[in-house]
Order: sequence, then C-alpha cells, then structure tokens
Amino acid sequence: MAETAISHGHDVGHGAHSSTGLSNNKLGMWMFLGSECLLFGGLISTYMLYKGRVNAGPQPDQIFDIPFTSVSSFILLMSSLTMVLAVSSAQRKDERNMNLWLVVTALLGATFVGGQVYEFTSFYREGLGFTTSLFGSSFYTLTGFHGVHVSVGIIMLMALVGMNRNKRIPGDRAEVVELIGLYWHFVDIVWIIIFTLVYLIPS
Amino acid sequence: MTIIDRPSTDVAVIGGAPTGVKPSEALGVFKRPAASTSWRDWVVTVDHKKLGIMYGVTAFFFFIVGGVEALLIRLQLISPDGKVLNADQYNQMFTMHATTMVFLFVMPMAAAFANYFVPLQIGARDVAFPRLNAFGFWCFLFGGLFLNSSWFLGGGADGGWFMYAPNSSTLFSPSHGIDFWTLGLQITGIASLTGAINLIVTVLNMRAPGMKMMRMPIFTWMVLVTQFLLLFAIPVITVALFLLTFQRSFDATFFDVASGADPLLWQHLFWIFGHPEVYIMILPSFGIISEVIPVFSKKPLFGYPIVAMSGAAIGFVGWGVWAHHMFASGLGPVSVTVFSMATMAIAVPTGVKIVNWVMTMWGGKLSFTVPMLFAIALVVQFTIGGLSGVTHAVAPSDTQQTDTYYIVAHFHYVLFGGAVFGLFSGFYYWWPKMFRRQLSEGLGKWNFWLMLIGMNLTFGPMHILGLQGQPRRMMVWTEARAGEGLFNFGFWNRVASIGSFVLGIGVLLFLVNVIYTHKSKKVAISPLDPWDARTLEWMTHNPPQEHNFDTIPTVGHLDEFFHRKYETDASTHSVKQVHSAEEVMAELNSHPDEHIHMPSRSYWPILLALSLPVIGYGLIYNRMLMAVGAALVLLTMFGWSMEPSTSPDEDFDPPAPGEGGGHTKELSPLG
Repeated sequence: MAETAISHGHDVGHGAHSSTGLSNNKLGMWMFLGSECLLFGGLISTYMLYKGRVNAGPQPDQIFDIPFTSVSSFILLMSSLTMVLAVSSAQRKDERNMNLWLVVTALLGATFVGGQVYEFTSFYREGLGFTTSLFGSSFYTLTGFHGVHVSVGIIMLMALVGMNRNKRIPGDRAEVVELIGLYWHFVDIVWIIIFTLVYLIPS
Repeated sequence: MTIIDRPSTDVAVIGGAPTGVKPSEALGVFKRPAASTSWRDWVVTVDHKKLGIMYGVTAFFFFIVGGVEALLIRLQLISPDGKVLNADQYNQMFTMHATTMVFLFVMPMAAAFANYFVPLQIGARDVAFPRLNAFGFWCFLFGGLFLNSSWFLGGGADGGWFMYAPNSSTLFSPSHGIDFWTLGLQITGIASLTGAINLIVTVLNMRAPGMKMMRMPIFTWMVLVTQFLLLFAIPVITVALFLLTFQRSFDATFFDVASGADPLLWQHLFWIFGHPEVYIMILPSFGIISEVIPVFSKKPLFGYPIVAMSGAAIGFVGWGVWAHHMFASGLGPVSVTVFSMATMAIAVPTGVKIVNWVMTMWGGKLSFTVPMLFAIALVVQFTIGGLSGVTHAVAPSDTQQTDTYYIVAHFHYVLFGGAVFGLFSGFYYWWPKMFRRQLSEGLGKWNFWLMLIGMNLTFGPMHILGLQGQPRRMMVWTEARAGEGLFNFGFWNRVASIGSFVLGIGVLLFLVNVIYTHKSKKVAISPLDPWDARTLEWMTHNPPQEHNFDTIPTVGHLDEFFHRKYETDASTHSVKQVHSAEEVMAELNSHPDEHIHMPSRSYWPILLALSLPVIGYGLIYNRMLMAVGAALVLLTMFGWSMEPSTSPDEDFDPPAPGEGGGHTKELSPLG
C-alpha cells in the first residue's frame, strides 16, 4: 500500500541488517498478503454458501458470459507477466522499460476493471441487482472487493510512475516495484480462484 | 553518557529540545514537524514508547467507561423490578459494556504493553514501521470515539457483543447504534491489523545480535503469537462487518431469512474471529506474568521452551474450536463432537502453562509484591475460569449452560480474573521502568485485595445464578420468582451487585495510587533495577531515552540481564551477584553507538486516521461526506508515501568542517 516508503531508525552504519535477511518492508507485505488470504477466504465462503440460493432474478448460468470473462481473465493474467518485466527492469536499473511495463500493467489492469464494469452493467440489465437475491449480494460483494483491489493496484502503479518521474520515491526503488508486484500477483491469483469457483464450476 | 541522537547544533537552539532534528523542507508535502516538548510532540510522535503510553491512557479511559456501564447493569439487578434502566437502555448497556471492554480496553491495553516493551525486550531502537504504529494508535482512538459517539446520536448498539444476525438487521434494531458499531470496529480493526504486521516484523526482523527466537522473553513470545492471531482473525471479522454494513445500509440480503439466508453464516464468521480473539486477550497477560513470576521467585521460568511452545500451540488449536460457541444451534453430531474434543484439547497447553508457573514458584524465594500478587491471583482465577470452561466443552452440559449466567461467570473469571489481573500485574511491575517511580506498595495492596474480593464476590455467585437458570442478559428479576433458601436469585444478585462496587472501588484505588505516587514528595525516584529483573528492558535508563539503548547489547543468554549480573557456580549450583545493575549498564554503555538516526515525526498518521471516521459518519448520514472522506484518505496516503520515514543523514550529522560534500543523499532502505 502507501506504506512502501517506510524504513526504520538506523543503527550503526547503513547495512540492511535484519534477523531474517528479508527487509522489513518485504516481510510486512508478506504478512499483509497473508491477512488478505483470510479476507478473500471469508468472502469466497460466503459466496459458495449462497451460490445456488436464488429466490428471485436470474440464476448464475443464465447470465454468465464465460467467453467474455475468460478474455478479461486472460488480460489480467498477462498483466502479471508485464509486472514481472517491470520488476526485472527495475532491478536492472533500466528506468525506461520499467516505466513502460508499469504503465502497460496498469492499462491491462484497467482493461480488466473496465470489463468488470461492463459485466456488472449487463448483469444488472438482465435483472441481477445487488439486492435481488443472495446470489446477487454475494456475487457483487466478492467480485466487487476483488475489483477494488485491482483498482487500488492500478492507483499504486500509476503513483509509482508519477513519483518516479519526480524522483519522489524514497528508499530502494527496485524493492518498491517488487513489493507492488507482490500485491499485484496476489490479486491475480485470487482472481484465478474466483474465476474457477464462481464462473467455471456450475452451480 | 554521550549525546547520541546528534542534532545539528543550531537546531538544538531553534527547537529548544535537546534531541531536535532539523526537518528537511524539501521532503513530502508539509514541512516535517520539528521536535518539541509540548503536546504537539505527542500528536506527531512516532516513538513506540510514547505511543505505548498513549495506548495505555486511552485504553484506561475506555476501561472506566466500560466499568460505569457494568455498574449500571449491576445497579439494575441489585433489587427486584429494577428501574434504573429501561429495556432498550439495558440492551445498549450490556452490548456497549462488552464491546468497550473487549475492543477498547483489553486489546489496546495489551497493545500498549506490546508497543512499549517488545522493542526494549528484543534490543531494538523502535518498531519496524514507526509511522504505521502511530497510525494504529490514532485509528484506535478515533474508532473508539466514533463508536461511543453513538451514545449521543440516537443510542448505542443493542444486539449483544456478538451481534447475531438477523437480530441485528434494521427491522429489529432501527437506530444507528449498530451502524456505529460495525464502522467503529472496522476502524479499530485497522489499528489491530497494522499493529499486528508491525509487531510481527519487529519481532522477526529487529532482534539484537544473538537474540535468537528461543532467547526472547516470554512476553515477546506471547505478543508474537497474539499478533499472528490478530493478523488472521481481523480479516474474518472485517468480512462479517462488511456484510452487516451492506445489509443495513445498502439492503443486501446476506442475513435476510426470507430470501433464504442462513443465520449461521454470521455466527461462523463471528466466532472464527471470536474464539482466537479470546486468546488474543489472554495471551499478553500470560506473557506478563511469565515475566513477573520468575523475577519475584528468584528463579528462571520453569520449562521456558515449553511455555513458549504451549503459547504457540494455543495459537494453532485456537483456530479449531470456534463452533463450541454454537453447540445449541443444531450443528449436527459430527461437528459437535469434533469441536467438543478440540476444545478439551486446548485446555492441555493452557494447563501446561499453569503447571510451569507453579513450578517456577516452587522452592523459590517468593516476595509478595503487588505485581506478584496480581500474577498469583491470575493463576488461581484463570484456573477456576478454565475449569468451568472445560465444562462447556462437554456439549450436553453446555446446552444446559449456554446463555445463562454460568457463561457470564466463566468468561469473567478468565477475562477479568485472568487478562485484567495480568494487565494490572504489568502496571505495577513496569511502572518504575516507564515513569521512574514505583507505585506505592501499601496502596497497591489495598488495590489488589479490593479487586480480588470484589471480583470473586461479583462473578463467583454468577456460577450459582447460572446453574439455577438465570438467563444471560436478563433485565429484571422479581421477588416472586427468585426462589428461596441458599440458592435464591435475589440474594446472589445482591451479592454480585455489591461485589461489583467493591471491584469498582478497587480499580479507583489504582488511579489514587497513580496520583499519590506522582504527587507525593515522599515517593522517591526508583532505582535503576528495583525488582532485580532478568530481561533486556531493564538494561537501560528509566524511562529509556528515545533511542532505547546507547549501545545495542549482544545477547548470549536467555535472561541476558540476569546473566550479566549473576554468576553461577557449577560445583555448588549456587548463584551469586557479581555486578550491580548500574555496573552492567555502565559497562554496556562504555562504547556508545554513534550515528543513531531515529525515525522522524510525521503529521500523516493522525491525518490519515482522522479521515476514516469521516467516511463512517458519511455512510450513516450523508453519502457526499463519504466521498469527502475517501478523497481525504487518498490524499493523505499520497502525502505519506512521499515522505521518507527518516530525515536525510545531513539533518542528523551536518558535514564536518572541511568535509565538503557531507553524506550521500541516498536513503538507506532499511537502516
């Protein structure tokens, strides 16, 4: 998140000493992602419990457009590839390519979120509102939370590009890119699980 | 003593504070706040010790709020047909009492001790993320105030602290109380989550040289386990709270039984959080008394690795017992059996700890100081509460006890008799470390005995009331139905109510003691090591300077400080003191570290935390305000991320004359 800039009070010298060998920032990010697993665990459980419970409005298989969502899933997964390229450019101190891949990653993410917005609109037109049924409430909550996570990721990527341009990134730039990369990959992996459980496995 | 945190000389004059660091102007959006000794310093501080004290003061304030709520409940039940509160107020009172005590007192008070003492116990200069630490405190404060502001805005939450759905839907609770409750707990949840990440990274990553995991003091161990529990439990309650918020504010159907919703969903989500939560509350107190008992028994903790690992075992098994809160909900025989057995199993590591504390005292030179008294009382009262807890694991018996005062008796024995007594033990034990003065032992003994008697008078009779069938949350009792003889409701309700006021006076005496200790001329400054302690936090000044240690010690033993003071004679197995605490510290500080750069103060944590209640009020009253709050969150996050946590080196170490260029401008990523 926005705490990537944090480091702690220096001891003697400037070596990056830590008891585990991982930097504080990276360990902190891993802990945060561990916590996020339980957040999505709770949301996915809620969805799985309510998947087939439709008192009113459409059933899942009546509205899901698997080819469309497959394409947008593929786009999101490709953004993980471009994120890896951005991290590797950052580690090689290749600033031009780093910025390029960060922007591409953000664009791919934005395409995915755009697809989600389109999908939500069309589902709504077909009669699935947030309050229509248990399926509606839990579907929009789960995928909505994921969409918000992707959007936060996009904001972080664009902020990274902007701050890099103004030389406002404190600390180790390659590590900051890597940390946002960790978050980004995590959000992608969550989508693989959601796509499988929500869209592919029929209710 | 050398000056470590070297300010540039002109700054010390401008700031007026000896440890001032001139803030660079070019960094971030605002100028960095300069050092100062006034109240402003507390607002912008990132020092873990100041934040620990702020956590403590705020949590104690909420302790008094929750205590007054409890006394009102007992006042209502002191006589038949109580008229102190009406039914609606009574519902709000027990809901807010429990919520306040759990989320705004016990958890943050444990966080206060963890913040203050974990870095000191592992030989670190601060926590891993100092600004995040400050942010956590402000989230807790503003979240708590937001939650309690509901009292003035139409009434508090009234669904009980576990807020079972669908009882918590707008149909049954139309006031905004539960909205304040869900949003307030989200905000304090952020505090717990950031605190957990921060302390885990601190403990794993910032230990002094030689401080292996199995040399860490038990308090640090228990805090580590607690923070892992928080890390994984908080997101689950976050989901539950979001679902309830969506249900109440946006008409989602999660708990709408007419649409086919399953009321057990909330119960499962809540208790998957809620059962680890009880260990989150008790483990820090276990840690505190594991420090106190060895010190006042003059013996090392019996079975240190066993105590550490049984704490970790409690942490693991604690995830597999949640459904014992739901035995009466019709889970089916398989689930009931599994959770019943897991619940019995978790009594084992807890029992192991109790054996270890008793064995530590066995054959020791006991001194019954106030911290020791509180610690021993914890062992006894927690054992009582633990034994009644095991009776809940027996599902057939539990179906009789559930939702009666027997349950109320049980959890007050483990939480008040256990967790709160442990925290008081910590107050008395660490007071000289934090404030240079030892709390009066005389007043402390009054404090202890009144609390002990009050606590047992209040909660002991509740066992009887519960087994007689008095339901939990019962608002009135009548003389006609109170029964007769030894087990009549009326008598024991009166006893419990009188006990609660004794308890209240006991707690007040603590405040009297604090005031007396700091106002009276008779109380002398405490010596460096008043208790002959064993762990690293006593190896520095009282109170520690901002950078904690002039020299980071290299650790060679468990109980390092003890081993520096004492020598063991292997042939006779006797221990003799070879150095005083002052000598140990003087030797340690003979070559103080140079170039200690402490993290710099910041405005951003409080600003970001202030934006969160804006979203909360917006969600309840006006959606536009919500957008304003969200924009504020985004802006403050950007401001935060553009500000390095440590001022550049030249702020601390101005270039020496003739050196010219000075230090490199590149900030070290870690330090």
